Amino acid sequence: MRIIALMKRICRQMVRDKRTLALLFVAPLLILSLMYLLFNGETADPHLGVANINEDFITGLEDAGIKLDQYDLTTTPAETVVADNLDGWLQMTNNQLELTLHNDDPTKAKALQAKINQTVASLLHNGQASVRPNVEVSVNYVYGNSDTVFFDVLSPILIGFFVFFFVFLISGIGFLKERTSGTLEKLMSTPIRRGEIVFAYLIGFGLFAILQTIFVVFFSVNVLDVVLEGSIWNVLLTNLILALVALSLGTLLSAFAASEFQMVQFIPIVVIPQIFFSGIIPLEGMADWLQILAKIMPIHYAGDALKGIMYQGFGLSEISSNLYALLLFAVTFILLNILALKKYRKL
Amino acid sequence: MVASITIENIKKQYGKKVVLKQINLTIEKGQIYGFIGPSGAGKTTLVKLIVGMERPDSGTIHVLDEQMPNLKLLQEIGYMAQSDALYLELTGRENIEFFASLYQLKKTEMRNRISFITNLVNLNEDLNKKVSTYSGGMKRRLSLAIALIHNPKILILDEPTVGIDPELRLNVWNELLRLKQEENKTIIVTTHVMEEAEKCDYIAMVRDGEILTSGTPIELKKLFDAANFDEVFLKAGGKSYENHRANEKNL
Repeated sequence: MRIIALMKRICRQMVRDKRTLALLFVAPLLILSLMYLLFNGETADPHLGVANINEDFITGLEDAGIKLDQYDLTTTPAETVVADNLDGWLQMTNNQLELTLHNDDPTKAKALQAKINQTVASLLHNGQASVRPNVEVSVNYVYGNSDTVFFDVLSPILIGFFVFFFVFLISGIGFLKERTSGTLEKLMSTPIRRGEIVFAYLIGFGLFAILQTIFVVFFSVNVLDVVLEGSIWNVLLTNLILALVALSLGTLLSAFAASEFQMVQFIPIVVIPQIFFSGIIPLEGMADWLQILAKIMPIHYAGDALKGIMYQGFGLSEISSNLYALLLFAVTFILLNILALKKYRKL
Repeated sequence: MVASITIENIKKQYGKKVVLKQINLTIEKGQIYGFIGPSGAGKTTLVKLIVGMERPDSGTIHVLDEQMPNLKLLQEIGYMAQSDALYLELTGRENIEFFASLYQLKKTEMRNRISFITNLVNLNEDLNKKVSTYSGGMKRRLSLAIALIHNPKILILDEPTVGIDPELRLNVWNELLRLKQEENKTIIVTTHVMEEAEKCDYIAMVRDGEILTSGTPIELKKLFDAANFDEVFLKAGGKSYENHRANEKNL
């Protein structure tokens, strides 16, 4: 079979190209690990200067994880905050709490303010505990729990995105090399059919895409401890179909690139915009025409499906419409690919 | 004589640019047929039409009595493009084996053909080296070997001697002559090197998408009263051609 011969050759070339292999397998893991570390990083304890605060309150604040430094009362707290590089200043004058926030980093300032408010509330609450019945506040979460971090929501989408991005890049450049080196023309002078070339490429690169997907998914779930509520097989299936879309799109677009550099130029046009519609930014808030735009982005469907499986625990039936949409993309791109090869041989 | 290839009233244009205007020719079996002409004359397009990679806008091409383009007939055509279409990451043997399997050669047949053609182009010893380590001449020879791997009846070579040294050029030509004599192959060669014209059995001079003149090397030299082919070409293509024709009429 000609397809098998072509597939074998593609695999052979890939295995010889160690750097590309590394890009395919190591790069996604590296980036995922980095994001994991960045998003899960513990924030440093805020540093608060206090003056004229009673003992109970101080213990409360310390329990809340605030680093305290005792100062004397001052009329110019802002100057001390800046001079000693504190995150805030809290003092009690005339039974009135006065908080001065450094606010050089608004996120940090807000977190500190929230902690202080909580401590104040709990102190007041305790003070009146004998009078009022103790009310336990219980918080319920629809998805995830109080341990849920942003990375858990983000990672299913990221896994899909990396599979798409790297498969797109490598298959596109691989096919481009076939075009620019003249070997595609030579291939076309043999009795091989155009469809056979396209399918051999899909299967040849597809094998590596499968391996990469397995690699990335298992690494995310087992090493990075990303939540996986649904079945890992559904995750693999979704990513595989997405890889097929990336493969066929990459080889198709390589028809419109004259060099590797021009292929890379497709990244900001074709790949980056997809991130915005992948589900990282909620679609509901977007303008109507933007929501329509999202419908032509393959990653939108993959992101939706992957988030559904991994985070919301959806089964196959709940994500099937997304998978069909992805398959439709793949089939369209494959047909266009076969058509685009007419440039090299009319038959 | 048996015609291997007949071309009738071929026209081809890309967009507004007319590449070939009204080409007619017949190539007989067991001939070395040369398309001679400057770069951009339309030689490569003509060759691609014969291989069936392009479709003519009008006119017909028959190869071995079958109308082109024809996928099955590609099995009978060995094509060597202008550039060395090789996979640099693979060894010479892997390159040959890959193309051999596209022609669906059986295992023993493949082995025999590989040892035969690598002997022919003198590449036995370097067969297991990666093509990226090959010299320019070695790559050309490997390309030639690949064009021959399926033992085609017709061999089409687009500028086979571009960028190779004189000794190797001689080798390639000796090989083509041997293929013609011993295996009775029909060989089409394009070149812009005039001295190579002498070695062809029949020549068509191509310029601006037209065949200026054609004939055997001796006929042409006689016709244009020229000592070499540079002169023939200049006379055939330039004003002197018109004068020549005028003279002929006057006589």
